[in-house]
Amino acid sequence: MTLDRAKPLLLPIGALLAFEGWARATHLQSDSLAPPSEIVVALAGALADHSILAATRDTLFATFAGLAIGSLIGLALGIAFGISDTLDRLMEVTVEAVRPIPSIALLPIALIALGFGYRMEIVIVAFACIWPILILSRAAVRSVEPRLMEVSRALRLLAAQRVLKIIIPAALPRIFVAFRLSAGIALIVAVTVEIAINPLGLGAGIMLAQQALRPDLMLAYLVWIGAIGYALNMLLTVAQRRLFGRAALSGDSL
Amino acid sequence: MKGGAIIWRVASFAVAAGFIALWQLVANWKLVSPVFLPGPDRAWASLLRGFSSGDLWSKLIGTLEHMAYGWLAASIAGIAIGAMIGSSRPMRTYVAPSLEFLRPLPVSAIIPVAIAAFGLTQGMALFVIAFGAIWPIMLATIHGFAAVEPRLYEVARSLQMSRLAVIFKIALPSASPDILAGMRLSLTVALILSVVCEILAGLDGLGHWVLLSARAFRSADLFAGVILLGVTGYVTSVAMSLAERRLLAWQASQR
Repeated sequence: MTLDRAKPLLLPIGALLAFEGWARATHLQSDSLAPPSEIVVALAGALADHSILAATRDTLFATFAGLAIGSLIGLALGIAFGISDTLDRLMEVTVEAVRPIPSIALLPIALIALGFGYRMEIVIVAFACIWPILILSRAAVRSVEPRLMEVSRALRLLAAQRVLKIIIPAALPRIFVAFRLSAGIALIVAVTVEIAINPLGLGAGIMLAQQALRPDLMLAYLVWIGAIGYALNMLLTVAQRRLFGRAALSGDSL
Repeated sequence: MKGGAIIWRVASFAVAAGFIALWQLVANWKLVSPVFLPGPDRAWASLLRGFSSGDLWSKLIGTLEHMAYGWLAASIAGIAIGAMIGSSRPMRTYVAPSLEFLRPLPVSAIIPVAIAAFGLTQGMALFVIAFGAIWPIMLATIHGFAAVEPRLYEVARSLQMSRLAVIFKIALPSASPDILAGMRLSLTVALILSVVCEILAGLDGLGHWVLLSARAFRSADLFAGVILLGVTGYVTSVAMSLAERRLLAWQASQR
């Protein structure tokens, strides 16, 4: 059994060792590559002087702020569209016209309207997060057991009570799946905005390392960004399993 | 029923038209400074002007080219590598987990590395777009190959088919829904990365156009570019859906 678990690790470890050996044997001088040992040293250095931690904080702040705003808007619209078929049909053309705009295309608009900084990044992240949440929560609300809706009608619940007491609890597992997917998108968009233009956070850090011709530091940032992405996904997957168990799996294929 | 659907469609367009009218009113009353928000009339005029002078055409074609080359390269490589990994059990146990580990990596983080390696060139853009777009296709192919009905493989064994024949006659057709779904996902990724590369490297395309317009505060041109990017995203995804339906028609009729 232990051997089976170790198998997936063989390839990455072997590749790293081979790369290290090759870099040492050829005395690698490059602007884009550095041996793994130097990457580790650069990462340790960046962790020690807190520069990478500060950048991580900035990126995650923008990510979560945008995710929160985008999720709230997307959830409100998704629930409204899910409950009211009329509203959904009336808004269809509008939603389908705005949705395909690549979030990053809003960057120049946000730039001239808001300038560099958190606000512009948060707006773009929020825009990107609205759509997956809207679509998945709309589907989740529609698939709420119809008998629950009959119960709510029989109890003469007000619309707000119906949403808070019946629809949101019943649809919550699938809404959480949407939230997890959006969190990944939010991080990607935040880093992309930083790389493209915003002098802030991890994306700006990796660009700066590249421009300073520090391939070791640049690759250290790359590894770190990958680890953050992996950790975020892992954390939310575990949370999903803990909170909802099998209930959430039904929506996972979406 | 059919008539009802058309009425809903018309009503839905009317609502969208209402939003555009609202946008026009906001712009006319200057609730938002016209430097940031041009009315739809000005954006439309800029769009027409751009197309009649040919400027926007060349930018649009530039973006479409970046997107298409990167996406096609990613599709070919992704399906080939995915088929290689998916069709062999040892590869699945040794290689696939590493790929799964790399999946949540924000692909745009590869851009600085690509810039260091290739400079601010077309090659850099091609590499970045292909690298970003390959993941969904490759992982979908691996998944599709792993999910092939095991009895089909048994049939292949009893027919003594070669590995290539198994891949082309059994695995690829039955994995095609997964692969096409992956390709559709990659299309969006390719468009976004095209825009980012154009912004960063100043390559000829809509990304560069919107950035220049923003820098010069030509908001009408900026909105024209963004609208065109939205149209690009919409048209490519609709085309992909049509292709998907066409290519998978045989499967729907089978079930």
